[in-house]
Amino acid sequence: MKLGFSPEDEAFRAEAADWLNAQMHGEFSDLKGLTGLTAAAERRKEWELKLGEDRWSVIGWPSQWGGRDATLAQQVIFAEEYARAGAPGRIAHMGVELAGPTILTFGTEEQKQRFLPGIASGKVLWCQGYSEPNAGSDLANVRTKARLDAATDEWVVDGQKIWTSLAQICDWIFVVARSEEGSKGPKGLTFLLMPLDQPGITIRPIRQINGEAEFNETFFDGARTASGNLVSTPGNGWQVAMGLLAFERGVSTLGQQMNFRNELDAIIAAARENGSAQDPLIRQRIARAEIGLRLMRYGALRMLSHTDHARPDGAALTYKLQWASWRRSLGELAMDVLGQAGEVTDDEDYHFPMLPNLFLSARADTIYGGTNQIQRNIVAERALGLPREPRGSI
Amino acid sequence: MNFAFTDEQAMIAETAKAFFDENATSERTRAAMDNDGVDRALWHSFCQELGLAGIALPEAHGGSGLGLVEFAILAEAAGAQVAALPMLGSLAMTAHGLARGGSEAQKAVWLPKLASGEAIGATGLAAKVTASGDRLSGTVDFVAHGASADVFLIATDSAAWLVERGAAGLIVAACTTLDQTRPFARLTLIDTPAEPLGDAAAALRAAQEGGWICVAAEALGGAQATLDRTVGYAQERVQFGRQIGSFQAYKHRLADMMVEIEQARSAVYWAACAVDEGSDEAPIALHSAKSFAADTYFRCAGDMIQLHGGIGFTWEHDAHLFFKRAKAIQSMLGTSAWHRERIAQLIGLGDAA
Ligand SMILES: Cc1cc2nc3c(=O)[nH]c(=O)nc-3n(C[C@H](O)[C@H](O)[C@H](O)COP(=O)(O)OP(=O)(O)OC[C@H]3O[C@@H](n4cnc5c(N)ncnc54)[C@H](O)[C@@H]3O)c2cc1C
Repeated sequence: MKLGFSPEDEAFRAEAADWLNAQMHGEFSDLKGLTGLTAAAERRKEWELKLGEDRWSVIGWPSQWGGRDATLAQQVIFAEEYARAGAPGRIAHMGVELAGPTILTFGTEEQKQRFLPGIASGKVLWCQGYSEPNAGSDLANVRTKARLDAATDEWVVDGQKIWTSLAQICDWIFVVARSEEGSKGPKGLTFLLMPLDQPGITIRPIRQINGEAEFNETFFDGARTASGNLVSTPGNGWQVAMGLLAFERGVSTLGQQMNFRNELDAIIAAARENGSAQDPLIRQRIARAEIGLRLMRYGALRMLSHTDHARPDGAALTYKLQWASWRRSLGELAMDVLGQAGEVTDDEDYHFPMLPNLFLSARADTIYGGTNQIQRNIVAERALGLPREPRGSI
Repeated sequence: MNFAFTDEQAMIAETAKAFFDENATSERTRAAMDNDGVDRALWHSFCQELGLAGIALPEAHGGSGLGLVEFAILAEAAGAQVAALPMLGSLAMTAHGLARGGSEAQKAVWLPKLASGEAIGATGLAAKVTASGDRLSGTVDFVAHGASADVFLIATDSAAWLVERGAAGLIVAACTTLDQTRPFARLTLIDTPAEPLGDAAAALRAAQEGGWICVAAEALGGAQATLDRTVGYAQERVQFGRQIGSFQAYKHRLADMMVEIEQARSAVYWAACAVDEGSDEAPIALHSAKSFAADTYFRCAGDMIQLHGGIGFTWEHDAHLFFKRAKAIQSMLGTSAWHRERIAQLIGLGDAA
């Protein structure tokens, strides 16, 4: 057990920090400190291209695919320096963290050559098409249909996805659809990669409680994709989709934590400024938040240091619940520190600044990627071996 | 950077767990509770046969020269069984304090004895004593396992001394204590001969760090044990024609316990590592570990009683051993609120109103 970084790692840190700071004080200074994912979409696309060009986009990937074969320690360091430099939230994250690793793991050589360079270079942005109006927590209930059209050798997809984050600015979507007529539950599902820009797909943004519209409804009406864009085999989509969820617990969590660090620092600064830092109860809550954030870091390091991937350790299985609940409380703390001043904004468009926006946006953390209730079921059943939830028949 | 046990550490963990699971049985612990709260035979075999008591003590004085990570591994395993042993007083605080702040002569005399179990030590911080030359007068409260000790490390905020059992004017009064596996004693000193420590500040810091890590690690082991035992019961007990562990409210409470425990695990080993590596983060890590692990343990032990129903409220069931140890850990060596207030200072919140 060792927490310190080696001199080589520290040299890498200096290199990464230098590059990031040069960008955030130079060409991309307008993106520094930008939160959320919807603002300045065009500039953010340029930023993704820059990351790709200088090989900082997917450093953990093999160099053959545009990565740097970075060690775990280097990935940790880069994530930390990225946020420290104030670099913006990455709109490419679903390609970099989900689609890419899925293709690396389950894809054919041809699919790797076709798709990985686009992700690594920042040229192609991806979104995730899992949830449907009747398939949320019960994801296996998807009804969107896929059938192979022998005449054109294409998959044809009909149905609807919902809550598709960033679909309005993305190029490709990965979709779980039902390919076996009459099949139920996790059987008979297929995992497809589809281009979004086509007549069969319609995207309609949905406004969220914070006024922004990061997620969308995505309609498929005879939408098409080449048969070669099937990942794994027809009917094996559930296995691919579940494998992908494991990638969500990757190194990116450390970058996410550094954003949390920036949020907590903003709360501390606000508390000092308005005097609430002297309130013993607020002090206790800020200290708790500080402890929680630090423990998230060490939980993530434990999870990443754990090498037996077939059997995720306790830190990995509990991580989603841990960070989501923590951040939701952080939002509440932010409002209690700000007081009523946090409830008004100068912006006529119902756009609130960082901390009130944190308060609102954090309500989604305990919903997406498996709600807190579903996460508790997973922990209880998978980690503790308790009986599974009964299924109903409605 | 690699935040996982080395092979050697994993082996120590396995050995310690097997040793305490087999030997620190409920029956033996309860026998010790009826006495002075020390299972002497167990302590003897831990020190002699296992030879792990001096794990974090210098090799020159009968130790193995490893660090607090290895010590935490032992305390976690002992805590999982609520073992009635002077791990905290004798090793974590007295021996570690002496190793860092004692004179060469003090170390040479006491460390081998403490590591071999030949002598038991106890530490009293925040002593209300005054010194006149080499003599102390006053009282020291809440000395864990004080009635079993052969030697005392007594410290105020600025000074520290060694006092031997049987010294003139020393009265050791055992207290009937909530946690009978670690009863307190009250020391009264009347012009009692005391030997000042070479470096009081270093001794005090080491005793505190050792104490915080020890109880935090015990809390981690204890909390995990309450979860494991409750999971076992959840699968066995049937009501309404189902295992009680199939009720979602029950499952979710267990899941929440696990979420807290996993964080406590990160906290304990982060803190132990930070101290061993001399990291700047050590103070904040220690305050985090002590407060978080103690609160986790208390919450889990309370849940254990609730989730067992009536049987969990009986003297016969072990739930109350965990519950009482958890409460004692929460209050000793600084409450959770005190530790969080320290953190508030460390992260620049200034002073409270
Ligand atoms: C901001 C945001 C972004 C998102 N982005 C994407 C995206 O990019 N792609 C995508 O595919 N999806 C996305 N989602 C969808 C998200 O994954 C779903 O909202 C989530 O899985 C919950 O499904 P649901 O909304 O249908 O709620 P439901 O499943 O209907 O749940 C409603 C309530 O019932 C509870 N519940 C359900 N089942 C159980 C049970 N077995 N036990 C106890 N309680 C239960 C839930 O916890 C919840 O409280 C996003 C969601 C949000 C909020």
